Formats: sequence, structure tokens, C-alpha cells
Amino acid sequence: MLRYIIRRLIIAVTAMFVLATITFFLLRLVPGDPFAGPRITEVIKARLRAHYGLDQPLIDQYFIYMKHLAMGDFGYSLAKQGHSVNEIIREAFPYSLDLGLRALVFAVIMGLFFGIVSALNRGRALDSLTVILVLVGISVPSFVLGGILQYYFAVKWPILPVARYESFAHTIMPAFALSLATMANVARYMRASMLEIMTADYVKMAKAKGLNRRQIVLRHQLRNALFPVLTIMGPVVAMVLTGSFVIETIFAVPGLGRHFVLSMQNLDYTMVMGLTIFFGAFLIAMNFLIDVLYGLVDPRIRLS
Amino acid sequence: MTDAAEPIPPELFVPDPGQPVQSLSTAEPQEFWADVWRRFRGNRAAMASLSVLILLALLAIFAPILSHYSIAQTDLFNTYKRPSFVHFFGTDGLGRDVWTQVWMGARISLTVGLTAALIQMLIGVVIGCISGLYGGRVDMFLMRTVDIMIAIPFLIWVSLVVIVLKPGIVSIILAFALTQWTEIARLVRGEVLKLQNTEFVIASQSMGAGSWRLIVRHFFPNILPVVIVAVTFQITNAIFGEAFLSYIGLGIQEPLTSWGKLVAAGVREMRGNPYMLIFPAIAISLTMLALQLIGDGLRDATDPKLRQ
Repeated sequence: MLRYIIRRLIIAVTAMFVLATITFFLLRLVPGDPFAGPRITEVIKARLRAHYGLDQPLIDQYFIYMKHLAMGDFGYSLAKQGHSVNEIIREAFPYSLDLGLRALVFAVIMGLFFGIVSALNRGRALDSLTVILVLVGISVPSFVLGGILQYYFAVKWPILPVARYESFAHTIMPAFALSLATMANVARYMRASMLEIMTADYVKMAKAKGLNRRQIVLRHQLRNALFPVLTIMGPVVAMVLTGSFVIETIFAVPGLGRHFVLSMQNLDYTMVMGLTIFFGAFLIAMNFLIDVLYGLVDPRIRLS
Repeated sequence: MTDAAEPIPPELFVPDPGQPVQSLSTAEPQEFWADVWRRFRGNRAAMASLSVLILLALLAIFAPILSHYSIAQTDLFNTYKRPSFVHFFGTDGLGRDVWTQVWMGARISLTVGLTAALIQMLIGVVIGCISGLYGGRVDMFLMRTVDIMIAIPFLIWVSLVVIVLKPGIVSIILAFALTQWTEIARLVRGEVLKLQNTEFVIASQSMGAGSWRLIVRHFFPNILPVVIVAVTFQITNAIFGEAFLSYIGLGIQEPLTSWGKLVAAGVREMRGNPYMLIFPAIAISLTMLALQLIGDGLRDATDPKLRQ
């Protein structure tokens, strides 16, 4: 187990190094200037470039950046002057994490519930109803859903606050809008794998032993049906927890999601780098966690 | 048994006439597709979805040609007209006909979705097969590449592809095609790994089947259901992705339009002129719905486990 973890750690660090290197150079290929602006003259630009060390040869910049990165320092943001990238992430991430966790908990519970109900009632009205619900969840873009929710539940019938992220009431709409797509996917995968398992030998065996339906579903089917759902959850969890640009923009949540788009539009090199590495680390950690969970769900799989 | 010593004359050893030499297989490929089509036809939801999709495609092709208006034609005396017989879907803030815009947008959105998903499928299946079949270092290298590609922000890729090419539909398709194949590659790899240990593949190998035969005869039909579902997902993703790019202003540029762009504009106008959101949103949602149902239908129709 320890050897396995060490091996995974080495691979993870290598992957992060490659990711940082590729992103660093790709980013410099993107046309544009981080200091472009109507009132910024060439002289000011040159001074800003010198201030941030952007006037040095690219390869030197790379080594300086990597040295600081190794110590966990993402550097200063080019767009939000005077703020370090670490600071911006530290301020914004809790909002995205909070929103993302709420959305995930809701999405997973409801998704599993719908998937199981629909599989157990295959071909009946309840199944069709769930399938339609899932398809609607997948078929509506999040900015449409967010916009419609906001219009009806905050403007037309003012039940919930329009935007911002302050109290529990503020979290309901963005969390729901964020969760719908994940919920639909979880339900879809859960239904498919429940159906596949219904004909498995160990389920037949359990029936032959005389177990009642509830015991079969709880003890045998659920546990095994969770696999395909777990597989898709790694990237999904990383994506949802690091914030959504669309949802955060619509509901004015001061989270991390907006920075992914804004930093790219501003060509804020250090911010883009910081976010990419942050997200990459999150993704790798999630995939590792899922592999460990595999072992817990299925005792046949030994980590090696 | 006693007169077993009596030699059999060699002229008795003749090949059985009329029997093909290659008789390893049971069903021919033509039969496979005929069977798929027969089973697909039986699925009412999938057939209805196919008709809807064909209807949408026909409208995308012919509606702009038959329309009296063009997408760039503004009419400042007729802004924000409600839907009527003159303007089926009303007009927008510049007096442009929304009906024409929706079907011109359909051309772009459908082209982006289908082309991007097909290229992704090709890349994904090839990489996934190589990774699964060769295993070891090749597999390790390819899968870590996939991990890293997923982590590089999509917007960096888009911005890069846009400088190499000109901004527009081709660069959007390429940005999706070259970065989003990772999902299919992972799925295909998983399936190949699973299949390599099945009895029928081992049996086929022990009967002397080469890797090409294994791929065509055994892997392909078994991977197909998974790939089909993934492809319908990727079409959805590409259409939504284009919509997202339009939402942040990096998508198709004026005067061209796409469903995503129309929906994004519709969300802004929702309060006063809900029709501007409703029509493109219905078009986009209907397409997604049809694609999912067709995907499910095709999966059931191609799954070898469900064959009679």
C-alpha cells in the first residue's frame, strides 16, 4: 500500500511538472499583451514588463517561475495589481468549494435516487418520468437554466434573493443550477449499471437463496452498480468544486470559476498558470481518491 | 475397429466442396448492420428522434434559402416584433428575422457538433485501441498524456487554435476535435482491456486469429455501443461548448450566428421579449433530446449481448 502511494505520488509530481511546462509555453504563444489598454503607452508597458520580469529571456522566466512554483508560490497577478495569485485563490476558492459541495451532495443523492427508482421500475411510468427528467437535465444549457430560475424565483415571484452569496437562501438557486447536469449524469449511469447487474449470477444466486428484494438491492446491486458512477466522478468533482464561470456570473458568486475565464481574457499569465496547476492538482488528487474508493467498494481490487 | 490397419487411399482426401475455407465467423458484416437497423427500427422513441433530427437538418438546409430575409438584414422600423406570419419567430433588437437566424444558426451548431464529434471519435478510438492493445509503457505514456490534456484549460487551446487558423467555424471545430477526444480514448481503452480477457477473444486467438481480425471481428462490435453513447455526448458537448464560447464572446463572429449565440442573446432579452429565448432554446434542447434517444437506441441495437 505504501509503495503504491509513493509510486502514485511520483507519477503525480511528474504529471504536474509536465502540465506546468506545457501550459507555460503554450500560454506565451497566445497573441496579445497582458498590459494592453487605451491609456498605456509603450514606455509604461516596457516598465511594467520589466517590473514583472517579462523582459527577460523566456527560458530564464521559465526557470524562475518553476523555482517559485516548487515552493508553492504562484507569483503576482498581472491584472489585479498588488495581489498574489495565492491570495486570489485563497479568497475565491472557499465560495466555489462551498457552492460545489452543496451542488455535489444534492446531485449525487438525487441522481442515485432517480437512477435506482427508475431501474427498479423499468418500463413503467415512473421510469419514463425519470428518463425524461434526466434528459431535460442534460439538454438545457446552464446559462439558460440559471437565467430562467433567476427570472422566475427572484424577479417575478420574489421568493429567493436574486444574486450574491451571503445566506443559505442565496445558495439554493446557484447550487441547484450547478447540480442539475451532474444529477442527470449520475442518474443515467446508475440506471444503466443497475439494469446490467440485474441479470448477474450473484443476483440470481441471492434470489435463489431466498433473500427478499430489499436485501438484494441493498446488499448486492447497489454496491456493484456504483462502479461506473465512481469512474465518471473524478473529473466531475474536480470541475464542480473549482467553480463554474456561467453560474458564478449569473448569480454574482465571488468564486474561482470566473477567474478561469477572466484571467484568460486578460492574458494574466501568472493567474492562468496558477489556476491550471491548482485545477490539475485537484484533478489528480480526485482520480487517486477514486482509485482508493474502488478498493473499498470492491474487495477484489487490490491496490498495486 | 479391428481393420483399422487397412490404409485409406489418398484420393479419398479431397476438400469438402462448397465449404468456404474461412469459416471461423458466424455472421457476415452486412448481416450485422442489417440486424442493427432492424432492431433500431423497433425502438419507437429512437425512430421519432431520428425523424426530428432529419426535420431539423432539412430546415437548416432549406429554411434560410426559402426565407425572404437574410441574417445580416436589419430593419430598424421593425425591431422586437412578436412572432407573426411575417416573422415566424419575431425579430430581434436590430429588426433581424429570428426564424432565419435560428436556421442559419442550426447550420453552424449542427456542423460544429457532428464534425467535432466524428473527428474526436476517430482519434479517440485509435488512441484507445493502441493504449489497450499494447499496454505497458505505451499505455502509461498515452494515458498520462490524456490526464495532462484534460487539465490544460480549454480556453488556452481555443485561443491557440484561433491564431494558427482564422477565427471562425473551422478553428472552433478543431479546438474541440483536438482536445476533447480524451474521454472516448479512455472509454475505448477500458473496453479493450476488459475484452482481452474474455473467453471468446482468447478462443479466437488460440484458433490463430491475427490482431486485425480480432479488432474488426471482436473488439469493434463490442466497443461500438460504448462509443456511440460517448459520441452523442460529445456532440452535445461541442454544441454546448460553442454556446459557452459565444456566451463569453469567443464563438462565431457577427453577422454569422449559432444556436448558442442566439440563446445567449435570448437570455439577456428574456424579461421583455421571451420569444427570443424560447425558439432557439427549444431548438437546442430538442436536438440534444433527439441525440440522446438516438444514442440510447443505437446502443441497444448494436450491443452484441442483446442480440437474438
